[in-house]
Amino acid sequence: MRTLTLRRVVVTGLGAVTDCGHSAPATWDSMIHGRSGIGPVTAFAQSGDWSVTFGGEVRNLDFTQVLDPRDAKRMDRYCIFGYVAACQAAMDSGIDFSTGDPYRRGVAIGSGIGGIETIELGINKLAQSGPRMVNPFTVPKLMLNSCSGQVSIRFGLRGSNVATATACASGSHAIGAAYHFIQRGDADVMIAGGAEGSVTQLCMASFAAMKALSTRNDAPTEASRPFDRDRDGFVLSEGAGVIVLEELGHAKARGATIYAELVGYGVSGDAHHIAAPDPAGAGAQRAMVNALADAQLSPDSIGYINAHGTSTPLGDAAEVAAVKQVFGHHARKLSVSSTKSVTGHGLGAAGGIETVATVMAVKSGILPPTINLHSPDDGFDLDFVPNHAKERAVRYAINNSFGFGGHNTSLVFARFDG
Amino acid sequence: MTEAEIEAKVINIIAEKIKVEKTEIKRETNFMTDLNADSLDMVELLMAFEEEFGTKIPEGDADKLQTVGAAIDYIKKCKAAGG
Repeated sequence: MRTLTLRRVVVTGLGAVTDCGHSAPATWDSMIHGRSGIGPVTAFAQSGDWSVTFGGEVRNLDFTQVLDPRDAKRMDRYCIFGYVAACQAAMDSGIDFSTGDPYRRGVAIGSGIGGIETIELGINKLAQSGPRMVNPFTVPKLMLNSCSGQVSIRFGLRGSNVATATACASGSHAIGAAYHFIQRGDADVMIAGGAEGSVTQLCMASFAAMKALSTRNDAPTEASRPFDRDRDGFVLSEGAGVIVLEELGHAKARGATIYAELVGYGVSGDAHHIAAPDPAGAGAQRAMVNALADAQLSPDSIGYINAHGTSTPLGDAAEVAAVKQVFGHHARKLSVSSTKSVTGHGLGAAGGIETVATVMAVKSGILPPTINLHSPDDGFDLDFVPNHAKERAVRYAINNSFGFGGHNTSLVFARFDG
Repeated sequence: MTEAEIEAKVINIIAEKIKVEKTEIKRETNFMTDLNADSLDMVELLMAFEEEFGTKIPEGDADKLQTVGAAIDYIKKCKAAGG
């Protein structure tokens, strides 16, 4: 068996499509200024039967610069979001994908659900017109791996081409997988992240049926309030966050702009309940402990955590408990914020979008706030960066993502000083 | 429906489904070699014809409809036969 020397992995491109911005810079700007992207649903008409009437929709995305109508027709909304974010990240990296070894480049874009709108349209057509009229593009559009496939075709990526499906941890698991491919020497460049097109009728009705969503219909922008006493569930949103990961030497050789270094990745499984977290956050703890060990860092070296922080009563409590357990006294010294307070919860896209936020936080020294946090819940005595961004230079930051099914991920990013 | 109406409708459907300008669509235009349609585009296109004109295009006939002119003539024939 060969012995592996693990290679260093850096972030050299960012892309994002969210309810609060159609690029990484626009999304970051909304996050640090606390401009919520959440509002009444416009994608479909809602009768009085809907208990939830708002969400974090991506509205009026102009994708014509990277996608012609013919290609767009073959993609679900989720895929378009991921594809556009991937194109932004690729362009931002400055890599010329038309030359170089395509077998050393790959893609890993996850999604919680995949093409759910396509599934809904297909079912409706089947019921209405019978099986002979079901659209032939239904399968290539609904596949959860279609975004990875389309991005691979666009940039001629002939190395690893995978998609992850771990609910709300999908984006982070994809980035973790990409990290491993590069570390091990299987690839030099990976386009990685998460995408979701979830503000659809079936998706919204289904999460509403679980009583997982906030019902603050009279004040949509105040509904996502992680860690606040009055939080009442998450806000369903959508979008994509995609980054370019690259082997350090490869990036340096071409004089790339390096945003940050990915230095640790830890995962775990809850083995507890299909849709509820372990109350003590045991799985979340283990993911963070494993990520710190992978990064060979002590807990007190972490300055910032971009929390999973979905604004659900149970989820936030479990994460706060986990942070306190892992970091001990240092828990009160580090800063923890949830950018979902601004974007809502983009499910499988969340890990990608929040990786963009975490990377920007270590690069810029600005920590994005948790908005709508006016009265922290009992025992929630950490620095949640309430309501206003703050300047704080951090050397190491963690991005947490946890998914239904008990999937836990922690990614550790380091400021890159050359 | 007059023959001219059928022709106009067929061209509209092709432009909409294959996402090409109507000016690119001539009688002799071949769906696959001129408009770059793949097998999935062809299935979608024929389905749209069936839906619009209320005709059923059997598999065996579908394979023969390789040009715009062939599709127009086929639908005209179906409509004339009361299909």
